[in-house]
Amino acid sequence: MTFIKDFINVLSASSISFLLLSSIFAFIVYFNLLDGQLRTKGGKLFLGLGIAFVLIGLFIRPLLYLGIAYLAIMFGLAHLGPRLWDRKVGKWLLIFMLAGFFVSMLDPNFFLIAAKPDNVPIGAMIFLLGIFTWIALRKAYLNDKQIAAGGIPWEKTETSEKLFVWPDLVYTEMLCMILLTIVMIVWSIVLRAPLEEAANPTSSPNPAKAPWYFLGLQEMLVYFDPWLAGVVLPTLIIVGLMAIPYIDTNPKGAGYYSFRERKWEIGIFLYGFLVLWSFLIITGTFLRGPNWNFFGPYEYWDPNKLVPLVNIDLSEFFWVSLFHMPPPRLWVIRELPGILLVVGYLSLPPLLATGPFRRFYLKMGATRYYVGAFLFLIMMALPIKMVLRWLFNLKYIVHIQEIFFNI
Amino acid sequence: MADLRALQDGIVNSQIWKSIFRVGIPNTNRKRVLAVLGSLILHLHPVKVRRSGTRMSYTWCMGGTTFFLFLVETVTGLLLMFYYRPTIEYAFTDIMDLREQAPFGIMREMHRWGAHAMVIAVWLHMFRVFMTGSYKPPREFNWNVGVILLVLTLLLSFTGYLLPWDQLAIWAITVGSSMARATPGAGNEGPMSGLIKLGDIRLIHAGDDARFALIGGRSIGPATLLRFYVLHCVAIPLVAGFLMAIHFWRVRKDGGISGPL
Ligand code: HEM
Repeated sequence: MTFIKDFINVLSASSISFLLLSSIFAFIVYFNLLDGQLRTKGGKLFLGLGIAFVLIGLFIRPLLYLGIAYLAIMFGLAHLGPRLWDRKVGKWLLIFMLAGFFVSMLDPNFFLIAAKPDNVPIGAMIFLLGIFTWIALRKAYLNDKQIAAGGIPWEKTETSEKLFVWPDLVYTEMLCMILLTIVMIVWSIVLRAPLEEAANPTSSPNPAKAPWYFLGLQEMLVYFDPWLAGVVLPTLIIVGLMAIPYIDTNPKGAGYYSFRERKWEIGIFLYGFLVLWSFLIITGTFLRGPNWNFFGPYEYWDPNKLVPLVNIDLSEFFWVSLFHMPPPRLWVIRELPGILLVVGYLSLPPLLATGPFRRFYLKMGATRYYVGAFLFLIMMALPIKMVLRWLFNLKYIVHIQEIFFNI
Repeated sequence: MADLRALQDGIVNSQIWKSIFRVGIPNTNRKRVLAVLGSLILHLHPVKVRRSGTRMSYTWCMGGTTFFLFLVETVTGLLLMFYYRPTIEYAFTDIMDLREQAPFGIMREMHRWGAHAMVIAVWLHMFRVFMTGSYKPPREFNWNVGVILLVLTLLLSFTGYLLPWDQLAIWAITVGSSMARATPGAGNEGPMSGLIKLGDIRLIHAGDDARFALIGGRSIGPATLLRFYVLHCVAIPLVAGFLMAIHFWRVRKDGGISGPL
């Protein structure tokens, strides 16, 4: 039991769990949604990834755990194949998840955090996200199969059929309302709303956490400065969401669940919604303790846990480690490598437009292509910075303290 | 049974009943049409809808759930307003009293859990709309109205979080609002803000930056409480309610719940 708990504790460190989640996400898309095969080139890539994790893991223990977990889940998913979308399999997955949750509740440290009144809805959200993602993808998969076989999506069999709102819709709505009312009343009786001591501006709690739906942003503060994590990125998330209907001009897949016809759009959206946004919120809620240190789900939140701060800037890495000289005094020169890197990253779209992404450029037109590519790059900046942090302890790519401009 | 039937007939045929529900029991198609058309609330719907649009398995009823939770919040919030005064002398003790004294005291619980649930429901609703490709023409604009509603939902929750005025509240808002300090060009510690100067004097400082505008002071205090209270109870619900009306209107004008053509 302790071994399993230890295993899961190591696995849930954001560096490890993020890589696990990302690769499993990619695998499900490739294998369970697009009917990939382990024998093909793509399949071998996924196998190779697992083996690479294990090999590196021989030197770095957490990666060994990652490799084992990844390979186990991967083979499980490969074994299931399209059956992952069977009702029976879904039911069992849910039962396993629930069982895992309730067994974990026996652990006092897990219980302490998971049973905090404000955390209960977030725990429920994990299950709801899992259930609804599965439902949506199951429907998408079934429709894809129909369409591939020359048929029509399931929804289309019913579009010409019109019903009276009274009684058919009104009764459904009424039923929903009654059920929801019952849920809300029971929930309110069973779980009391938290109330701590009266506000005291002189004594700050540790950890001080933002409201839970902003914990994804607070978690981003680990990797970016507040001006990015708290202002620019949230703004761009909103702008990005609003831009979706204008960037995505694919006429297919409107009004029914599907995946194959929209694999890029759905892939990117799901990655952002589940693997970035939801994952960060869950990490920030359940796994960040005093001083915003990481704690595994079965770990005690020890306020005295010491985590060495060894992060260094790119400029330091470049001038000191590479050229063995003190960093130049003038920030324009000191930060040149980082600035060039950022500019290079952001000028990928025009470069790729003439090369491998020409197809997209022509199909979408210049404005759509550039806006879409820019937003995508900004979104991917987060996982890139996260991985750089874990691999090289990189603090800032550009660090201009003179004007508070750090990336 | 026969007695019950007679009783039902008696009620349905009474002058009082007929004066309220103009069509009586909608047991013919004609009456079903009239029941929906004739009612302010029901006529949010069209008279007839595509079958696929009524399926719970298609919409998950998530938009409806969000709206219902908004109504729950409105009702419970109104009741809470009877007991609550937004000043730092009273805010916390009023909540204490509410907890200890108010009969049938689950209003605060319901308001808080309803708020959490509404945030989750609105995300799931957006997720569903995305997965069915329902933002595609002609529904682009309604998707955008939705995104604004999503932001307003979060802001409603955020402003409400401060009102109990306990440790949880002020520190969560302190963390949340400290981000505004880093707004580029407009926050005291934001990039480029230091460059905005008049001669030698910095124009952007802790006493006039974006954070100051948000919380009405240099730190969370009485002005913040009042500000968040007004935003939470009046301003944001009004705007959100207005946008929801547009949202629902557009669902109909864009051809009802989406379906494959
Ligand atoms: C307070 C928040 C919101 C409320 C009360 C609300 C309510 C609703 C309702 C009742 C519907 C009818 C269909 C259904 O129940 O699914 C609907 C449809 C729709 N909503 Fe929302 N919504 C909200 C937020 C959003 C958000 C955040 C988005 C997207 C970002 C969005 C985009 C849409 C679109 C595009 C439709 C049309 C869907 C279709 O035709 O299939 N809404 N909304």
